[in-house]
Amino acid sequence: MIKAILIFNNHGKPRLSKFYQRYSEDTQQQIIRETFHLVSKRDENVCNFLEGGLLIGGSDNKLIYRHYATLYFVFCVDSSESELGILDLIQVFVETLDKCFENVCELDLIFHVDKVHNILAEMVMGGMVLETNMNEIVTQIDAQNKLEKSEAGLAGAPARAVSAVKNMNLPEIPRNINIGDISIKVPNLPTFK
Amino acid sequence: MALKMVKGSIDRMFDKNLQDLVRGIRNHKEDEVSDRRIKQELKQDNIAVKANAVCKLTYLQMLGYDISWAAFNIIEVMSASKFTFKRIGYLAASQCFHEGTDVIMLTTNQIRKDLSSPNQYDTGVALTGLSCFVTPDLARDLANDIMTLMSHTKPYIRKKAVLIMYKVFLKYPESLRPAFPRLKEKLEDPDPGVQSAAVNVICELARRNPKNYLSLAPLFFKLMTSSTNNWVLIKIIKLFGALTPLEPRLGKKLIEPLTNLIHRYGGRCCFFHSRLVKCLLGGSLSLFPDARCLCVQKLRILIEDSDQNLKYLGLLAMSKILKTHPKSVQSHKDLILQCLDDKDESIRLRALDLLYGMVSKKNLMEIVKKLMIHVDKAEGTTYRDELLTKIIDICSQSNYQYITNFEWYISILVELTRLEGTRHGHLIAAQMLDVAIRVKAIRKFAVSQMAMLLDNAHLIASNTQRNGICEVLYAAAWICGEFSEHLEEANQTLEAMLRPKVTTLPGHIQAVYVQNMVKLYASILQQKEQAGEKEAAQEITQLMIERLPQFVQSADLEVQERASCILQLIKYIQKLQVKEVPVAEEVIALFAGELNPVAPKAQKKVPVPEGLDLDAWINEPPSDSESEDEKPKTIFHDEEQRHSKPRHPEMDEEELARRREARKQEQANNPFYIKSSPSPQKRYQDTPGVEHIPVVQIDLSVPLKVPGMPMSDQYVKLEEERRHKQKLEKDKKKKKQKKEKRGKHHRHNSLHTESEEDIAPAHHVDIITEEMPENALPSDEDDKDPNDPYKALDIDLDKPLADSEKLPVQRHRNAEALKTPDSEAPPVEKKSKKPKKKEKKHKEKEKDKGKKKEKEKKVVEEEEEKKKSSKHKKKKHKKEKEEKSKDKKKSKKKHHHSEEEMAESVQNGTLDDEPLPVSSCVLATYDIQGNLQNDSQVTVSVIFENKSTSFLKSMELNVLDSLNTKMLRPEGSSVHDGIPVPFQLPPGISNEAQFVFTLQSIVMAQKLKGTLSFIVKNDEGSTHEKLDFKLHFSCASYLITTPCYSDAFAKLLESGDLHMSSIKVDGISISFQHLLAKICFHHHFSVVERVDSCASMYSRSIQGHHVCLLVKKGENSVSIDGKCSDPTLLSNLLDEMKETLSKC
Repeated sequence: MIKAILIFNNHGKPRLSKFYQRYSEDTQQQIIRETFHLVSKRDENVCNFLEGGLLIGGSDNKLIYRHYATLYFVFCVDSSESELGILDLIQVFVETLDKCFENVCELDLIFHVDKVHNILAEMVMGGMVLETNMNEIVTQIDAQNKLEKSEAGLAGAPARAVSAVKNMNLPEIPRNINIGDISIKVPNLPTFK
Repeated sequence: MALKMVKGSIDRMFDKNLQDLVRGIRNHKEDEVSDRRIKQELKQDNIAVKANAVCKLTYLQMLGYDISWAAFNIIEVMSASKFTFKRIGYLAASQCFHEGTDVIMLTTNQIRKDLSSPNQYDTGVALTGLSCFVTPDLARDLANDIMTLMSHTKPYIRKKAVLIMYKVFLKYPESLRPAFPRLKEKLEDPDPGVQSAAVNVICELARRNPKNYLSLAPLFFKLMTSSTNNWVLIKIIKLFGALTPLEPRLGKKLIEPLTNLIHRYGGRCCFFHSRLVKCLLGGSLSLFPDARCLCVQKLRILIEDSDQNLKYLGLLAMSKILKTHPKSVQSHKDLILQCLDDKDESIRLRALDLLYGMVSKKNLMEIVKKLMIHVDKAEGTTYRDELLTKIIDICSQSNYQYITNFEWYISILVELTRLEGTRHGHLIAAQMLDVAIRVKAIRKFAVSQMAMLLDNAHLIASNTQRNGICEVLYAAAWICGEFSEHLEEANQTLEAMLRPKVTTLPGHIQAVYVQNMVKLYASILQQKEQAGEKEAAQEITQLMIERLPQFVQSADLEVQERASCILQLIKYIQKLQVKEVPVAEEVIALFAGELNPVAPKAQKKVPVPEGLDLDAWINEPPSDSESEDEKPKTIFHDEEQRHSKPRHPEMDEEELARRREARKQEQANNPFYIKSSPSPQKRYQDTPGVEHIPVVQIDLSVPLKVPGMPMSDQYVKLEEERRHKQKLEKDKKKKKQKKEKRGKHHRHNSLHTESEEDIAPAHHVDIITEEMPENALPSDEDDKDPNDPYKALDIDLDKPLADSEKLPVQRHRNAEALKTPDSEAPPVEKKSKKPKKKEKKHKEKEKDKGKKKEKEKKVVEEEEEKKKSSKHKKKKHKKEKEEKSKDKKKSKKKHHHSEEEMAESVQNGTLDDEPLPVSSCVLATYDIQGNLQNDSQVTVSVIFENKSTSFLKSMELNVLDSLNTKMLRPEGSSVHDGIPVPFQLPPGISNEAQFVFTLQSIVMAQKLKGTLSFIVKNDEGSTHEKLDFKLHFSCASYLITTPCYSDAFAKLLESGDLHMSSIKVDGISISFQHLLAKICFHHHFSVVERVDSCASMYSRSIQGHHVCLLVKKGENSVSIDGKCSDPTLLSNLLDEMKETLSKC
């Protein structure tokens, strides 16, 4: 069983959290913080397994993680899952994200966390691995998106237009213009993979 | 309305969507986070706005905001018709719903609707959501729907349905057996996804209870050889790993396909190797020594690999092998020790774990020495703490099995105290105490070491704030005090304990200090008095009196109390000393007796003496109404007593001694008092493994007092020398033996292996086993956790399914009952009953919540009313009771919406209006149900309710069998034996028991006489009671509600082999619908067709008789024409019906 799936960035900011066991919101945050602490202090060339933290841990559980560019993908699993299998699954997950978002980067995860959840739901269900075949996952996601579009139809058009306008503004207006020393800070988020 | 809609969608244009929210948060606009705006959006009628708001809430949830307040809105979004919104709703639900969410029961019907939706994605999204928040109630209600989905045409749905079954099993274990055949079927599903899901579920199930799944082995074997899906393969191999220990023959069969697999996946061979090893574990391995060696060799290659992941997995697999075959792993000790130096902490921890299993008497010292070096080198406290715990674990495992020299161990512990900033001070302290108490021979040495620790306390306690290590001072002080007779320089130690610096230690340690100071003081006093040094004795008393006040001033209550008490005592002693009275004997007697270790489970294992009922009230529990008046009284009364207690200001020593003697006597007679062991020697003989070791006393010339110098190394050297010497001696002996016994056992003797038994311990190792109470109950199930959710799934799956094991199907309530407005009451009741059940569990919690619906509130009130009335029931008379039982009957009928119900209260007829009628303490209601799979059996479920305030036990139900109807008794018991009721009843509790009866003919109603005997237990004692009753087996109770279609019904009537009979009842005032409902309910019929005031009904008996009815309602009368394959049955049925109807 997979107990939890967490994605957070290099600074420990959660990008996705999915718990298959009940924890209160406070505990969830604590787990994320603790996991980040454990994972972030590890070197690049050590193994991808980590005997669990205190919160989600227990002797049976372990953390299996991968680090892609700015993001950590962490799965907390118990002993019934194969370690290398889960590593493989993380790879499939990331590749699927890449396909669905077309060259995925951290920003995609930030702004479309619901979509990431939907993709994840096609792979893992209630803590058990549902599908590992990427093509199958992508087919289902596409079909669902199509369904969503057809539902939106005319009624959704104005909303889409509005959001399109809003999105258009995103790259053009810089976040933080400091007139004092005329330096313009625009967030620089590299794509990963 | 339309205008509102338009307005809503215009509003929506200006609403912020998720992206805006995220953007806002990223720009640190605090007001974005404030959920006021979201709350406003949730109030809108427009579902799109709501969905948008819920979507944002989901994001906020990830950031740690509790969004449970929006649970109801989430359900609204879940029930949206559009997939887009539904998905958002379900996602939010899966993120924040849990078993405590009170609105979750509102979702049942919505989920059921979605599950049967024509759109596969609606179903899919519902399944995904449900998998995250399924509760026992949901599992029970939806199990059948999910079962149906398992054979859906779309593989997409099938695989999700199969997978979610695991969650359903966990929450509702009863569903496992009915669902298992279909699950098994799915293993051979044409779609690989479904197949893998089924394998997944079965593997999860089998992991917890492998023995139930052994019969699936051939199927999995086939799958393993045919499947190409890696996931499935991994899971199957894991499954076999769990199965092989149970079935050794499997291992043999597996070798070939596994080797094939390895060849097939040449590139990933390493990966499969580790699996292979895990799988070959257990019994099978011992059959193939070659395979084992091969495995371990392969693992070695893995561990030496440069890839850290493989290294880790290799070590992991190695630890699995270690459990069964420690020998084959021990040869790789070098490699594992090497891994301790790895830069990766995960790998180091794994290696440590392995070491734990690898130690033996021979290599313990060596391994611990290596570990100690690592402790010194280790940077980072976590790893160092881990090392420390591992060292202690390794040494103390299985009752110090591997320790041959306890002096060495004590010095290791002392060395460990020099670790800075460890959290595990208490662990070291516990070890010190344990060893000192249990190994008698070591006490002298331990005491000297502890004295040294106390002397150097300033090193240890230098910074007490963040330092856990000062805990060892607790142990040190205690050991020095308790075993002060071994102390050489007691004076010095006492002084060390009286230093002002001690007051900076934590309170509980100071308290131990104070207590043990007196022990020390007592023994010094004795020494001095015996030596006749009165001056010295007085000096030491003076020292105590001077230094103790610093503890009297302590802020810690415990320390203060002990210190002031002891100070007074010592002042008193001083007085006596001045008078030159010898006091040492008396003072030392304060601490007489020896403390023995008690097993942690000892208390639990004390058998309950006969006649002692732990559940019984010692005093009558005070009723709520009375307590308010009485409470102040009792307090007052008590206080008075306390004041009037005679005070014994100062007892003379004689009196003290006398009392002590009396107490000792009492203790000696008290089985629960832990006595000092009368014969440690005897116990010593009981300890296996130590007894046959030759005891060698070796004089150790170890400098014992070198503070701050590691000493354990010297022991290692000494130990080596000692062993060498021993070996030489042994060799000599052997040579002698050889000479003597040459020829006979020649070969045997010359075979010299230094096995573990050859190493003699350096000390008279007298490990005192932990004490257990006399005649302790033997039980192996101590460690089982009753709350283990997986235990419930330990179900035999090979037994054929019984018909009673069906998933609950949501049955339509009799359609008629719903149609009429006046009969609407029962369904409403039913609805409100459901939450009631839950309320019982979470009553406290729920009461606090103000969001309750009106309906539910009513139920709570109702319940409270009931409770109140039951409290006063003592005063109530029998009549009222009967009324109540009727009430109960009614409520029960409403409660079960099953059709079988013929409840009747059974009560003792010989009752007077006694204030506390002991014999009327049981209320039994029963209900007879036909048994579908056996045409000659009925099950009678009896609900016993304890109406008294006493405890009922040893209930036994006996029925006088008739020729036709017999109670099914366990084999071997005679007709006159009763059947014990499998539970006891505390006051006010009810429980249900089932009894099976066999019948021959069902055409006649039957009445059986019976008795219920039981023991009533209250504070006055226990009495044997009897209750006579009659069981009425009506003909209707043999009928099983069976739906019938009108065409089949017509055919049945046409067939002509049915007998006919009819009745007419006058004076019926209730409506036709109500009437039909009554017949359905009481007589187990179902309506086939209804036209105006005429209806045809059908039912079937357990022996397969068809019964058809035609019910017609006239002005004030009802006529019923019946047709049945058995005329007697029919006439009896109609008679019963007449009786029912005439009551209306």
